[in-house]
Amino acid sequence: MVQSMVREFASREILPAAAQLDHSGTFPQEILKKAAGLGLMGMLVPESYGGTGMDAISYVVAQEELARASAGVQTIITVNNSLVADPIARYGTEAQKRNYLPGLCNGIRLGCYCLTEPSSGSDAMSLSTSARRSGDEWVLRGTKVFVTNGVEADVCIVYARTGPDAGARGISAFIVEKSFPGIAVGKVEKKLGIKCSSTSEILLDDCRVPEDNLLGEPGIGGKIALSTLDGGRLGIAGQAIGIARAALEDSVAYATERLQFGRPIGEFQAIQWMLADMATRIEAARLLMYRAAYVRQQGQRFTKEASMAKLFASETAMWTTHKAVQIHGGYGYLQDYAVERYFRDAKITEIYEGTSEIQRLVIARNILKTRQ
Amino acid sequence: MNIVVCVKQVPDTEAPIRIRPDGSGIDESGLNLVMNYYDEHATEAGLRLKEQFGGSVTLIGVGPERTKEALRTGLAMGADEAILVSDVALLGSDHLGTARVLAAAIKTLPHDLIICGKLSTDDNAAIVGPALAELLGLPQATAIAQLEVDTSGGTVVVHREVEGGVEVLEVPLPALLTVERSLNEPRYPSLPGIMKAKRKEIKTMSLADLGVEVPSVGATAAKSALTRLVPPPKRQAGRMIEEDAEKAVAEIVAFLKNEAKVL
Ligand SMILES: Cc1cc2nc3c(=O)[nH]c(=O)nc-3n(C[C@H](O)[C@H](O)[C@H](O)COP(=O)(O)OP(=O)(O)OC[C@H]3O[C@@H](n4cnc5c(N)ncnc54)[C@H](O)[C@@H]3O)c2cc1C
Repeated sequence: MVQSMVREFASREILPAAAQLDHSGTFPQEILKKAAGLGLMGMLVPESYGGTGMDAISYVVAQEELARASAGVQTIITVNNSLVADPIARYGTEAQKRNYLPGLCNGIRLGCYCLTEPSSGSDAMSLSTSARRSGDEWVLRGTKVFVTNGVEADVCIVYARTGPDAGARGISAFIVEKSFPGIAVGKVEKKLGIKCSSTSEILLDDCRVPEDNLLGEPGIGGKIALSTLDGGRLGIAGQAIGIARAALEDSVAYATERLQFGRPIGEFQAIQWMLADMATRIEAARLLMYRAAYVRQQGQRFTKEASMAKLFASETAMWTTHKAVQIHGGYGYLQDYAVERYFRDAKITEIYEGTSEIQRLVIARNILKTRQ
Repeated sequence: MNIVVCVKQVPDTEAPIRIRPDGSGIDESGLNLVMNYYDEHATEAGLRLKEQFGGSVTLIGVGPERTKEALRTGLAMGADEAILVSDVALLGSDHLGTARVLAAAIKTLPHDLIICGKLSTDDNAAIVGPALAELLGLPQATAIAQLEVDTSGGTVVVHREVEGGVEVLEVPLPALLTVERSLNEPRYPSLPGIMKAKRKEIKTMSLADLGVEVPSVGATAAKSALTRLVPPPKRQAGRMIEEDAEKAVAEIVAFLKNEAKVL
């Protein structure tokens, strides 16, 4: 029922606007309001804090459906769910949960996740934004880059260094409101795809944050950041599969309609084999994603499974959209056909929340660890 | 206001329909079954009245166990309760039989207004609603496209789209209405609604629970029987006329006159 509801919603409310949102790069305010009304902004948050308390499998099912219609819209939603509301629900104090979760779930507030810095990307634990104590406040200083929802968000999870320890142990997480003094939106990036979601710098110039806004204990920020990404990667797997499925569906339709040499191109074996491989890889990616979500909802560690799902799904999205453009021939290269957008949108899934190289590193570490 | 909405489970209209080889019905294996679209509009109408005037919306369905899925969709939209009447003796019932069962069940419930879809998209009969109103002795208005309630007078004012205009009727409550799809835009079930619907118990009743005599419903009581189901004829490929304009027009006119016989 979750799937059919989200599919209905996505195909009626998001899909018709998707091409226009991509071309204009406008933030889909109205769509997000409706999504929040249906409970899509706080799917992992317990009902007592205004969320919908869904299981991890329902969550990824919904993400695939949203991304099938628009990867850009889905990015905005998945960041709010996985990277902002979820860590507050898991690590927040009672007061923090009461204060932030209802708004993040009902669409009054929007969240963003500020980890990456100009010189700390894949090596996220080398971040240098600092947080120093001053009376009953923390003072944050540094520059965050590539922040999804950076422009529109009003609740930011900011990772900063609070202790002298290098690496993960010196990092703490903070809930920073945009209205706090000293926080500002910097450069807004122009991107290849997912254009209706904003990506911007977040500048912290002696930003003053009340001590009550420290998320979790001091020094566990690195752990929060990484465990949050495990969940986030499931959302990106869902995104990648949604994009890939869109590419396959459009390709199947095109292959039956387009005539060359007197017959539909879908009758040529070369095209059939592409379609068969696309469908098989998508199915495999989806099963990896379901399995990772299942391990999560059993309450077990799912780092390796999430990385595998994200890695395979994102490379499937890239490969599938590449083939989809090929099947569409010259028309696939035109903005008039949606595969052109899928192709551009797919690339991000191999980069954010850990590049494909980093996913392989995580998977390999987990495999090798068990041999020790 | 106590509102009862009748709900049927039908094949998704987008699903490809296969007919059983013996023509006795459709092959349901692997078929996606959903709440009849008209019943979604009926449920929406009920929910809006409840939001405006208070009271409750109770869904009632007749069919096999799987019908609960369609009822859950309505619960997820926001209905308060759902009842399923299910009994093997109902196999082979015709529309009148279904209406008899619904009437017996609805008599056990408080009801100011009963809302049905205009028809169900599987058999397109549009019989159950009107038959149910007759069996309950209630006034009815069918295929309504607009609905207003006058609480002071205890009436509903409805608009029906008729040939060349709109018919406006005032109907005293309790009454039965069947609704057109243009009446409203059904809401999506929300995630909290889906979670609540999952936990809600759907009461199942048998014919014995309702005190319905078996011979009055089911195959033996049916006044109509399905003899055979046949697929529609395959669509013929279009004919291309590749001539210059003058000749082509003449040929098209000849075709419309002699073959299509529309001129
Ligand atoms: C549209 C968009 C939205 C984003 N949203 C967010 C957000 O909301 N919040 C946030 O914090 N960040 C966000 N990011 C940042 C994103 O997570 C990083 O870009 C990503 O982690 C890679 O970091 P980097 O760009 O600095 O690349 P680098 O780390 O510099 O990597 C460059 C290349 O080197 C490879 N590489 C690096 N280290 C290794 C290694 N050890 N072994 C093998 N190869 C390696 C990488 O795989 C890559 O191919 C976003 C990025 C984009 C483009």
